[in-house]
Amino acid sequence: MEKHSRRTFLKTAAVATATLTSLPVKKVKASQQYVLSEDRMGVLVDTTVCVGCRNCEWACKNAHDLPAGNLEDYEDKSVMKKMRRPDETALTVVNQYNNEENPSLPIDVKVQCMHCDHPACVSACIVGAFTKNENGAVTWNTNKCIGCRYCMVACPFQVPAFQFDKALNPLIMKCDFCFSRTNEGKLPACVEICPVEAITYGKRNELIEVARERIKNYPDKYINHIYGEHEVGGTSWMYLAGTDFKKLDFPKLSENPAPGVSESIQHGIFAYFVPPISLYALLGGIMWITKRKRSIESEEGKNHE
Amino acid sequence: MNEYIKPEPLKRKFFTPGVIILIVLAFNGLIFLLGRFFFGIGAVTNLSNQYPWGLWIGVDVAAGVALAAGGFTSAALGHVMHREHIHVILRPALLTAMLGYTFVAIGVFVDIGRWYYIWHPLVYWNGNSALFEVGICVMIYMTVLYIEFLPIVTERFIGRVNFKGILSFLNKPIDKFLRLLDKGLGITMFVFVIAGVVLSTLHQSSLGTLMIIAGPKMHPLWQTPILPLLFLLSAISVGFPMIIFESIIASKSFGLKPEMEALSSLGSTIAPLLGIYLAFKIGDMVIRGTFVYLLEPTTQSIMFTIEVVVGIIIPLRMFLSKAVLKSPPLLFTASALVIFGVLLNRINNFIVAYNPPYKFSTYFPSIGEISVTVGLAALLILIYRIIVLNFPVISLANKFNVPQTKYKVRG
Repeated sequence: MEKHSRRTFLKTAAVATATLTSLPVKKVKASQQYVLSEDRMGVLVDTTVCVGCRNCEWACKNAHDLPAGNLEDYEDKSVMKKMRRPDETALTVVNQYNNEENPSLPIDVKVQCMHCDHPACVSACIVGAFTKNENGAVTWNTNKCIGCRYCMVACPFQVPAFQFDKALNPLIMKCDFCFSRTNEGKLPACVEICPVEAITYGKRNELIEVARERIKNYPDKYINHIYGEHEVGGTSWMYLAGTDFKKLDFPKLSENPAPGVSESIQHGIFAYFVPPISLYALLGGIMWITKRKRSIESEEGKNHE
Repeated sequence: MNEYIKPEPLKRKFFTPGVIILIVLAFNGLIFLLGRFFFGIGAVTNLSNQYPWGLWIGVDVAAGVALAAGGFTSAALGHVMHREHIHVILRPALLTAMLGYTFVAIGVFVDIGRWYYIWHPLVYWNGNSALFEVGICVMIYMTVLYIEFLPIVTERFIGRVNFKGILSFLNKPIDKFLRLLDKGLGITMFVFVIAGVVLSTLHQSSLGTLMIIAGPKMHPLWQTPILPLLFLLSAISVGFPMIIFESIIASKSFGLKPEMEALSSLGSTIAPLLGIYLAFKIGDMVIRGTFVYLLEPTTQSIMFTIEVVVGIIIPLRMFLSKAVLKSPPLLFTASALVIFGVLLNRINNFIVAYNPPYKFSTYFPSIGEISVTVGLAALLILIYRIIVLNFPVISLANKFNVPQTKYKVRG
C-alpha cells in the first residue's frame, strides 16, 4: 500500500482539483447581479412640510393587508411621545421631535426602508431572497427566505422586522416601496394619501435636483444636506430637514456602500477559487513530503535492526 | 515508538450520576425546544427586531464551530505533517469535531425561522453573502467529517456482522461491502483529510466576515476588517486546548491515565499560536486607535479586557512554562482559559459588541435560550459517551498489543 499510494495520491489530487476548478464558473454566475437603472425611482421626504397626521401609516397598512383600524384613530398623537420603529405590524411610522427654534411646530419624520442603491440585505442574504429592482425598490421573496435574520443584522438603518411570534412561515417585514402598486402605475400608498405633499415620488435623479433647488431657494429653512444622496452609497428615499439629521435620530453613515468591505473580503478569499486550491495543493505537498520522510526513516530503522 | 496504541470501545457502565444530570439537562432543553417549534422563536427567546441574533447564534453556532476546531488542527498536525506521537488523540478529536459540527447544524436548525427551508442554500446561491459561504462550507465539512469517521465504523463491524434468523444471509454481503468500503476509504482518505483542513480555514475565517457587514452597529473594539483573520487565528489556537481539555476530562471520567506525552507535545505548540493571535489583536487595536474605548468603563470595554487578559495573556504565559506542560491540572487550567477566551470572544462579537442604532432594551438571553444551549451541550456529551463506549475511539496504552495498523490514516 505504501508504494502505490503516492501515485494514487497524485491521481486523486488531480481529480479533486479538476472537480473544484469546475465549480467557480457556476458560482460567479450565481452571485447577485442587479441593474441600477438611471431612471430608478425615489422619494423625497421633506420633514419641514410633514405635519405628522400619520395618514401614511394607515394607507400603508391598508396597502399591505395589515390590520389598519379607522383613519380617525390616527389623529391620536399620544403614540408619538415615544420613538417608534417600523416593525412587523407597521412598515412605516412617523416620529415627532422637538423643534428647538419653534417649539409650537414639532418636526415629524416618516421612517421606512430607505431602499439603498447598494443594499446590505441583498448582499447579506444567504439565499438571495432580496432583490434590488430596476425601479429602485428592494423587495423580499418569501419563497426563498429561510428566516436566518442576517438581513436584520446587516441593515444599517435597522429596518427589516421579523415575525418572532409565528411558529410557521414567519415573514421578514419591511416597506417594499409598494412594488405591486407601482407596477400597476399607481403611486405608493403613502405618497398618494399625504395631504400636504411632504413626500414626493419621482425619478431619483430629478428628486435630487428638486431638493437642491429647495435648499438653494430657502437656505434659512433647510440645512445643506440631502440625507440619502450619498449615505451608504445612496438611497432611493431621501430626506430634507431644517435641523441636523443626528437630532432626528438618523444614523451617521459613511458614503461607502454598506456591503463593500464584506464583499471585497469575500471575493478576495474566493478569487476564482485560487486561494483555496493553492492551500489544498500546499497541504498536499506537505503531506507528501512528510510522509516520504517518515517512510525513509522507518526503512532506515528496519535496516538497523 | 515502542508503545503501541490501539483504540478500543471502552468497557464501562453507561449510567453514572453525572450522566443522569446530563440527561435531566438535555430533557429540560428539549422542553423549551418544543416551545420554540410550536409557538415560535419569540415565545422562548428574548430576541427582537433590535437584537435579531442572540445566544443561539453566538454560542451554539459561532462558538460551536470555533470549539470544534480541534478536528482540523489535529488533522493538519497528525495527518498532513505526520506527527506520529499525537495519533493517540486524533480519533477523539475527530469525534468531537464531528459531534460539534452536528450540533452546530442543529443550532442553526433551531434558530432559523423557517427550519424546513434549511436546504435552500444548496439551491439558491448568493456568492456575495458571507453566511452563504459559511453555510456551504460547514455542510461540506460536516460530510467530510462523517467520511473521516467511517473507517472507525467499518473497523468496529468488519468480521462482526452477525445477524440472526432470516437476515443471516445478509451477513456475508454486508461484511464484504464493509471491507470494500474500508479499502476504498483507505486509498482516498488523504483527499478528505486535506479537504477538511482547507474547508475549515475557509469557514472559520468567513465566520469572522459575518459581522463586518453590520458596520457601525458593532462596537469598534471588535469591528475590524481583519475579523476573518482574527477568527481563523483564534480557531487555530483553541483547537489543541480543546483536545487537551476533553482528553483530560475523558481520562478522568473513564478512569484512564491522561495521555500526557501527546498532550504536553500539543501544549507546547499553543503558546506560539496564541502569541500570533494576541499580536494581531493588539496590533489591530493600536493601528485603529480603539484602545481609547478601553478607558471608558462600559460593558464592552470590561468584556474586551477579560477576553484578552484572562483568555489570551494568562494562558499564553502558562503555556510557556515547562512545569505547566507536565502537570495535568495546570495544563487543564491553561487550556480551559483559552477555551473560555475564545467562547467569550464569539459571545462578544455576536452579542456584546452588537449595538443597534435604535434600541428599547438591552438583550440578555432568556431562560429558554440558555436551557436549549445547555441541553444541546449535554446531549452532545451523552452521544460522545455512547460512541466511545461502542466504537474504537479512545486508545488504551498497552505495550503488548498488536502493532498499530488500522487507526492511522491510510494513503
